[in-house]
Amino acid sequence: MSNIDKATVAKIARLARIKTEEDKLEPLAGELNNILGWVEQLSEVNTDNIEPMASVVDAKLRWRTDEVTDGAKANSVLKNAPKPEYGFFAVPKVIE
Amino acid sequence: MSDYRIQGATGDWEVVIGLEVHAQVISNAKLFSGASTEFGAEPNAQVSLVDAAMPGMLPTINGECVRQAVRTGLALGAQINKYSVFDRKNYFYADLPQGYQISQFKHPIVGPGIVTLDLDGGRTKKVGVERIHLEQDAGKSMHDQHPQFTYVDLNRSGVALMEIVSDPDMRSPEEAGAYLTKLRTILRYIGSCDGNMEQGSMRADVNVSVRKVGDPLGTRCEIKNVNSIRFVRQAIEIEASRQVDIIEAGGTIDQETRLFDPVKGETRSMRSKEEAHDYRYFPDPDLLPLEFDDAFIDAARESLPELPDDKKARFINEYGLNDYNASVLVAEKDQSDYFVSLVSALATATKKSESDVAVKASNWLTGDLFGALNKANKSIDETPVSAEQGAELLALVEDGTISGRIAKDVFEIMFDTGKGAASIVEEKGLKQVSDTGEIEKIIDEVIAANPNQLEQYRGGKDKLIGFFVGQVMKATGGKANPGMVNQLLKPKLDG
Amino acid sequence: MTDLTKLKIAEARDMLAKGELTSRELTEAHIGAVDAMKSLNAYIVTTPDIALAQADAADAQIKAGNQKAMTGIPIGIKDLFATKGIHTQACSKILDGFKPEYESTVTQNLWDDGAVMLGKLNMDEFAMGSSNETSFYGPVKNPWRATGSNSDFVPGGSSGGSVASVAGFAAMGATASDTGGSIRQPAAFTGTFGIKPTYGRCSRYGMVAFASSLDQAGTITRDVRDGAIMLESISGFDPKDSTSVDIAVPNFEAALTGDIRGMKIGIPREYRLDGMPAEIEELWQKGIAWMKDAGAEIVDISLPHTKYALPTYYIVAPAEASSNLARYDGVKYGHRNIGDGGGLDDMYYATRGEGFGDEVKRRIMIGTYVLSAGYYDAYYLKAQKVRQLIADDFKQAFGQVDAILTPTAPSAAFAFGEKSDDPLAMYLNDVFTVPASLAGLPGSSVPAGLSADGLPLGLQVLGKAWDEETVLKVSGVIEQAAAFTAQPQEWWR
Ligand SMILES: [Mg+2]
Ligand SMILES: [Zn+2]
Repeated sequence: MSNIDKATVAKIARLARIKTEEDKLEPLAGELNNILGWVEQLSEVNTDNIEPMASVVDAKLRWRTDEVTDGAKANSVLKNAPKPEYGFFAVPKVIE
Repeated sequence: MSDYRIQGATGDWEVVIGLEVHAQVISNAKLFSGASTEFGAEPNAQVSLVDAAMPGMLPTINGECVRQAVRTGLALGAQINKYSVFDRKNYFYADLPQGYQISQFKHPIVGPGIVTLDLDGGRTKKVGVERIHLEQDAGKSMHDQHPQFTYVDLNRSGVALMEIVSDPDMRSPEEAGAYLTKLRTILRYIGSCDGNMEQGSMRADVNVSVRKVGDPLGTRCEIKNVNSIRFVRQAIEIEASRQVDIIEAGGTIDQETRLFDPVKGETRSMRSKEEAHDYRYFPDPDLLPLEFDDAFIDAARESLPELPDDKKARFINEYGLNDYNASVLVAEKDQSDYFVSLVSALATATKKSESDVAVKASNWLTGDLFGALNKANKSIDETPVSAEQGAELLALVEDGTISGRIAKDVFEIMFDTGKGAASIVEEKGLKQVSDTGEIEKIIDEVIAANPNQLEQYRGGKDKLIGFFVGQVMKATGGKANPGMVNQLLKPKLDG
Repeated sequence: MTDLTKLKIAEARDMLAKGELTSRELTEAHIGAVDAMKSLNAYIVTTPDIALAQADAADAQIKAGNQKAMTGIPIGIKDLFATKGIHTQACSKILDGFKPEYESTVTQNLWDDGAVMLGKLNMDEFAMGSSNETSFYGPVKNPWRATGSNSDFVPGGSSGGSVASVAGFAAMGATASDTGGSIRQPAAFTGTFGIKPTYGRCSRYGMVAFASSLDQAGTITRDVRDGAIMLESISGFDPKDSTSVDIAVPNFEAALTGDIRGMKIGIPREYRLDGMPAEIEELWQKGIAWMKDAGAEIVDISLPHTKYALPTYYIVAPAEASSNLARYDGVKYGHRNIGDGGGLDDMYYATRGEGFGDEVKRRIMIGTYVLSAGYYDAYYLKAQKVRQLIADDFKQAFGQVDAILTPTAPSAAFAFGEKSDDPLAMYLNDVFTVPASLAGLPGSSVPAGLSADGLPLGLQVLGKAWDEETVLKVSGVIEQAAAFTAQPQEWWR
């Protein structure tokens, strides 16, 4: 099923926003094929009529009440920012 | 309105439109954090560490947002799903701090429903709603503050949105506009969204394709984030023409997202095909499936006010209003609420039934009050004349204390000063003169003062009676009871 | 006085209560031990000033008669747990310089119970690894060496710093986390007791996420009783975590009755692997014999989908990780590299390309791939279905038995570099621990013997959901029977 080539690795790396040098693509393709080839043994398992696991705990989602209990901490929010400016996070311009 | 067609070189084209509306849920706190949703705070002042996606921070859901989505679904007569799932929609953007948006993909909270459009001439049209799902809003990027940097404010990050997805059932810019208008009316009625498009609490993604009548659906383009109904109409016109031109020139339409530029009057592509999104949706493992029972749905249903379509039908059937007035009154909940109070107060004041006074009340409201509010650029909730005051004024006309003509003057003073009608009438001595002797005396004076006209009248110029009525009214400052003037004047003129 | 670092938590607790010992004495001894084991690289940050201040506060508390479960006990914290104002980086370069403005619930529980923090412990980057070799701060050395050898072994992973600090007497206990075996496997490699509770027992709030549906906090201690004490301290419902379950935390220490008579212990036949070293099989047989001697009934059980647990895990965990790690983008905190093009995307590529290590990048890529259009059903959805089957296997088995006994790992600790070039060989380390992680079940690793080379080996006890008490009780019986008294030579001193 899986046959990951250099171009696919490059595409995945782009989706994941991970800079990957050209000479790393081929070895990575090999590694990923190895791993994915191995996980493909799952196709042996009959999963007809099996629902995918929705959650590992047998519990219901709890709801919060609609109260403002947080916020008003811009300093904390920005404390670790590489480039905080005028209360904003500054990032390089988006180039469309 | 005839069918909307684009006349191309090769014939007539039909436009197919579907809308995805993002409506900000009215709630105090965000969908998955306790930070405030209030508009207009200092940058990053309404951000929790969850909204800023700090490592190890986890989402917890605000039950009110769930309730509002369910109420919205119920108001659209939609299927409510007692089991729904939050998924992660993965993509990178500066104002998306988690690197994914928590949304609902495979299992939305609300399934199919319907919006009934009110079109010209009292026509209606049903447009399908495919689904409503709950999701987080992103933050805000400001690109124009610095030459090299974009500034990011996360105040909106995590605010609850309902994405309301229509079926591709609309066929003209007008229908799209009517859909948005009606949807906004309903959301405001039930209080699940304030519908404010200027502040961005309601935005539309517009899906447009064209086809020859009877052909299968064409390839669509999605115009993102259009923020007024007028722009939605314009964007559809422009985009549909663009597509027709391309196809007629032998080209094909690329499915893509586009941006509407109202200044240049064009739509343009947002990103290249190569960058096509792959959102990698999967269930958010930080959350469990969202579940509720029938009792919760029933309680949500109980909490709904009368909806605009029902209200309009009631105004027509019970109050005898015409379709136009009923439509105008139900378009905003505040207006219809005002109307209901007005009718009730007027019925009490005049000791008549509501159905007897409703038409008069609706005429005054849609004519006089709305006209004045319009001129003053005010909305109904800013009116200086309350429903009780309006009823007081109309009651004075009803019982003959003042004439309809005087009522207009009194209303003007009321609108300017906020004073009550009775006190204005009292103060200015505007009470209608209904004393037979007094009116007869004035009539005699008027006749005596205008012998020429009397002669002409008696010579056959019947129409001059209007002149005499006018003179009498003028002499009484408009206060004479016009019915009595007519009644008394004629015998005297006829001699 | 004897070497205070050799005390167990329960012993120190009782001595503190009697006034035979102060937390300051205990803490100073441990600060010395922490300094002395620098060459093991178990601690990446030490916090002696905080430790001493907490120790003095603890002594005051004890004087005032307010001793709690962990009062005055010096412990280490895995770098995965957010500690307010203190280095928290999951041992990744991408969180360079990050000091959270918040405290994880697990550590807050410990501080509320009076514990003393010695520092932050090394780990595999984002807990992705089984040997602690993927840490940005370099590997941790196992305090244990093979008999007569001077070469170093891996401590296991990802909680490598946690086990090394406890095995090497530089912490009385340590927090740890388990996604696919990151508590149990390193415990087995270092002769320590590791326990991972039921998923939902400990809050994940403030724990740097690897794979949200699998991550669960736990503890490393030198014996079972200490594990019971510390686990109880970190456990409990937390409304800030939607997957935390509102179930009362029992008195875990009270579960250690030593009485397992009549209990049914399951031995899953699928855990008998081809090519498994004989000494592992022997250890397992010993464990079975101990159970019988203690009056338990041995039941052969089948967990038919065991074989598929690892491949399932290596789809689910990377998929969740690829999304969980998307937040590390150079915008809000941590490492930022502006890149060459000057645009936002350039920053993303450069920051993430440079900030993540190879194993993390590999898993992000696998996760991205298995979720991507056209592959989701074949990989991710399939894996979540098989995961359900694996959970159902356990449910069925626990209809027949009270606990399950298996080896913890298929081998003893291995040498550095031995498996780091072969991801698949490394992944196989978790073959016995991953199934219970997928099912969210509690499990422990108890030191049970030594390999022929003189390295520790562990037995794994698995229990029903929310039945940590049985896991602890059975673990205690193994501990008694094994009488594991071996200690590493303190060659680093
Ligand atoms: Mg959209
Ligand atoms: Zn949306």
